[in-house]
Amino acid sequence: MLDALLEQAPAFFNRYNLIFLLEAMGRTLAMTLIGCSLGFAFGLLLAVLRRSRSALLLPLRAAAIAYVETFRRIPFLVILFIVMFVIEPLMPGTSLLGIATVSVCLLSTAFLSEIVRAGLESVSARQLEGARALNLGFLQTLILVVLPQSWKVILPPAAAFAVMFVKDTSLASQLGVIELTFAGKMLVNRGFSPVLGFGAVLICYFLLSYPLSRAAAWLEKRLAAS
Amino acid sequence: MPHLEIRNLCSAYGASEVLQEVSLAADQGEVIGLIGPSGSGKSTLLRALIGLTPASQGEVLIAGERVDYRSRKSLRALRNRMSIVFQEYNLFQNMTTLRNLTLAPIKVKKRSRREAEREALALLEKVGMTDKRDAYPEELSGGQQQRVAIARALATHPEILLLDEVTAALDPERVSEVLATIRTLTGEGITMLIVSHEMAFVREVSTQVAVMDQGSIVEIGPPERIFDRPRQARTREFVASILKH
Repeated sequence: MLDALLEQAPAFFNRYNLIFLLEAMGRTLAMTLIGCSLGFAFGLLLAVLRRSRSALLLPLRAAAIAYVETFRRIPFLVILFIVMFVIEPLMPGTSLLGIATVSVCLLSTAFLSEIVRAGLESVSARQLEGARALNLGFLQTLILVVLPQSWKVILPPAAAFAVMFVKDTSLASQLGVIELTFAGKMLVNRGFSPVLGFGAVLICYFLLSYPLSRAAAWLEKRLAAS
Repeated sequence: MPHLEIRNLCSAYGASEVLQEVSLAADQGEVIGLIGPSGSGKSTLLRALIGLTPASQGEVLIAGERVDYRSRKSLRALRNRMSIVFQEYNLFQNMTTLRNLTLAPIKVKKRSRREAEREALALLEKVGMTDKRDAYPEELSGGQQQRVAIARALATHPEILLLDEVTAALDPERVSEVLATIRTLTGEGITMLIVSHEMAFVREVSTQVAVMDQGSIVEIGPPERIFDRPRQARTREFVASILKH
């Protein structure tokens, strides 16, 4: 078997295959980073909304809770199909990558909003009372007092979530997005050995997620020091 | 007309009533000492006054103006005139000493940064914390944090200052520095309500002392009378119990 692998290797590691894998890697990374970044922004918005006490925002608060509780319970693959079947007729011609990125965003919004919420709640009630007694408003308190103190609680798990999602994006292959897993499958279908095809995919996943988790660890350390 | 007047203030926390028809009046510049056993409602009274704990009944008037605790506008106006210093200091952990002092003047009172910083430095000088202007709260001792907290409360120019057991969380050797700071503030025209277990201090600085028990004021009067010739049995008991220590 080893002989067969060595024989195939030069043909496998050609320029076209490498570019093909790099492009797939780029799609995996784009889905994760764009989806999770937008998810973080929306998640922050939901978490803040849930903290508001205004009666006017009650329906929005309820909607936020319903959203988070629902989307945390739907498998990612199911979200992918739902988004595809909703978007396709509404906006025909939307790329599969776009559909997958929207799906990542929908799911990560739900999870990240819970992470942000836990972070906001980690700031002691005393800090809030101090701010209230000084007449700081809701947003002023949030931006000047609460958020700066909760980053170190929010960022480590949020980064870990994004790193984990690098792997979960493989499910987008079911839609036909040519990300890493799908690329591996295609290479094998072209006749390359699965050991070579998926071996290369494995290495690509490692190359994506290891630096990301190192970056997250560095961030965590820096935040803990401050 | 009294500067601060409290009429029949009640506050219920769940089923138990923590304030029962508390009435009190203080003229401008008066220092009212609030004493009494733990859980007698002293802190709740201060918190209700500044709107951190809801009152269920009664009225609060400042210079004859009724405070409407349900109106955000009225609450803002109230907190423009009244400051509180907490037992646990509640300094903003993510800000330096100076920033803690200038935050509300700049963000709430819309003062210029230069002016706010100039005033803040003068206040830090007053509480003896000038050299810690760039330190973060966690780098300060409890007594130092409390002195900064007092300066922060003064930075908004309050007419009324509430001090809620400000020495209770401090090491014994740190208590005197904070008390000395408060002593310098009396006689500056700020009306103060001081909740404290430091009886000698309360006796020294107060113009009136109110004894609280089970959510009510059982006796109020000049410090000499409360400590030396209390009229109420409950006051006698309390004063005797602290003198024993």
